[in-house]
Amino acid sequence: MDLKHVKDYIYWLYYQYLLITCSYVLEPWERSMFHTITVTVLAMVVYTAYVFVPIHVRLALEFFSQIFGGQTESTI
Amino acid sequence: QKNGVSNGSLYKKTFIEHFEQAPMYVAVLTFLGFGVGTIFGYLRDFMRAWGLEKRNIAAEREQQKDFVPLYQDFENFYTRNLYMRIRDNWNRPICSVPGPQFDLMERITDDYNWTFRFTGRTIKNVINMGSYNYLGFAETDVNALKTVTIELQKYGTGICSTRQEMGTLDKHVELENLVAKFLGVEDAMVFGMGFATNSMNIPALVGKGCLILSDELNHTSLVLGARLSGATIRIFKHNNMQSLEKLLRDAIIYGQPRNHRAWRKIIILVEGIYSMEGSIVRLPELVSLKKKYKAYLYLDEAHSIGAVGATGRGVVEYFGMSPDDVDVLMGTFTKSFGAAGGYIAGKKDLVDFLRTHSHSAVYATSMCPPVAEQIIRAMKCLMGLDGTTQGLQRVRQLGKNTRYFRRRLHEMGFIIYGNDDSPVVPLLLYMPGKIGAFARRMLEKNIGVVVVGFPATPITESRARFCVSAAHTREMLDTVLNALDELGDFLHLKYSRYSKSSHPELYEENRLELED
Repeated sequence: MDLKHVKDYIYWLYYQYLLITCSYVLEPWERSMFHTITVTVLAMVVYTAYVFVPIHVRLALEFFSQIFGGQTESTI
Repeated sequence: QKNGVSNGSLYKKTFIEHFEQAPMYVAVLTFLGFGVGTIFGYLRDFMRAWGLEKRNIAAEREQQKDFVPLYQDFENFYTRNLYMRIRDNWNRPICSVPGPQFDLMERITDDYNWTFRFTGRTIKNVINMGSYNYLGFAETDVNALKTVTIELQKYGTGICSTRQEMGTLDKHVELENLVAKFLGVEDAMVFGMGFATNSMNIPALVGKGCLILSDELNHTSLVLGARLSGATIRIFKHNNMQSLEKLLRDAIIYGQPRNHRAWRKIIILVEGIYSMEGSIVRLPELVSLKKKYKAYLYLDEAHSIGAVGATGRGVVEYFGMSPDDVDVLMGTFTKSFGAAGGYIAGKKDLVDFLRTHSHSAVYATSMCPPVAEQIIRAMKCLMGLDGTTQGLQRVRQLGKNTRYFRRRLHEMGFIIYGNDDSPVVPLLLYMPGKIGAFARRMLEKNIGVVVVGFPATPITESRARFCVSAAHTREMLDTVLNALDELGDFLHLKYSRYSKSSHPELYEENRLELED
């Protein structure tokens, strides 16, 4: 019973995606092309985030802590 | 969101209109959808141009390829690439009278809507939410059509002449007197086609050197008539009296564009109910403006005659004003009277002028007698001259149905445009993908709706337009409302931020009026 709910919900989400991006009106081969492109772009975005975001966040934290930490040291 | 009245003492009852704006993400997603459609349109056009795909549209012959092109390819971009994909929702042939329910011919397509073929089956008893059958006079009941049958046998169907030659029958005279009595004016003239009434008579009334002030969202027939007349046309914002007043003042102060002479005539073209928005014209303010600046008023009551007003006499009665305030009253018989044709009514001088000078009177075939008799019997029913109160009951039933339908839709959380009293209910869909999905799913549930998209509406505001009828019973409306509820959740259409509750309980109103 719960599995059916989950499956219906996933189908509803897929249907919303089709309606919003107007790929509901496309022919099947156009739709496969569109899905491929979308999935590829999304995969590239996720991969880039996975590779680069932790390093950038760590460097940013170091930069900001250096500013504030450095300030208190100099005033004393 | 209430539209406040600027001059509160002019309106005898509250004037509430809704034009709610959807959240910003809806507009962004709509443009995204159109963008995807455009990209794929370019791709398909490229494939067609390079021969990778069969061309289904009209093209010149091989021998004419070097001539000046006959078909402008890029202008039909939208038709070819977006409209064709969801074309099966329009031009559906029906095979019964368009009453509250009708039969639809089933058709399927093998090549994605370029061609259709009929399977031979009919879909029966589809609930009709698209026909302009406001008072339910599109009926096949034998008792109701008794007089029409008699006239058909007496006169036949063809007139074979124009009004000025030999086409004026005693039926036309009877009909014109009845229309004048119904509206409370001196005289009226009827024409065979509603569109032609507007487009052929406005050129007779105005010409070069006159000024036409026309509403932004006027119907094509008014626009065509205005352009044919050769007068200068200025547009004011939809139903916006401040914009109209500014235009009037500028017109009177500055006069004609180059020689600054006074305009020969200033005429304001408005409609009673606008069919795409469901809004009602602000007649009291309009009449006070016209009297102050001495302009003429042309009121096109195509959708409002028979549909609003306590006894069905249109917007003039709805606002409690006298018909002498409006100079030219125009209307059609297609919508509330179940017939075809249009009329122009007003002072006797005006109508006598039109009888000689209108293009329609000189060249167009006059209305055929059975149709005239249908209008006569519908109007007599409305006025109560046939001895029953059926006409008044129909008008009241329409009012009840309208208010109930609009109230339930607001409560469910849809965005609805228009005045609370107008029987035309546009439900906003916004995204192009949802247009096709909505119409197809409603047909699967046996309800026929009309959806409208880009060229007829602004690009972000595609809608489904419902026309409530007096012939709809409460059960039919409840079926439609339940289907809309389900579909609204499934397609995620409930964008309104002002809904009272998401699932209100149905309560039975005490029905005090007698059922027909």
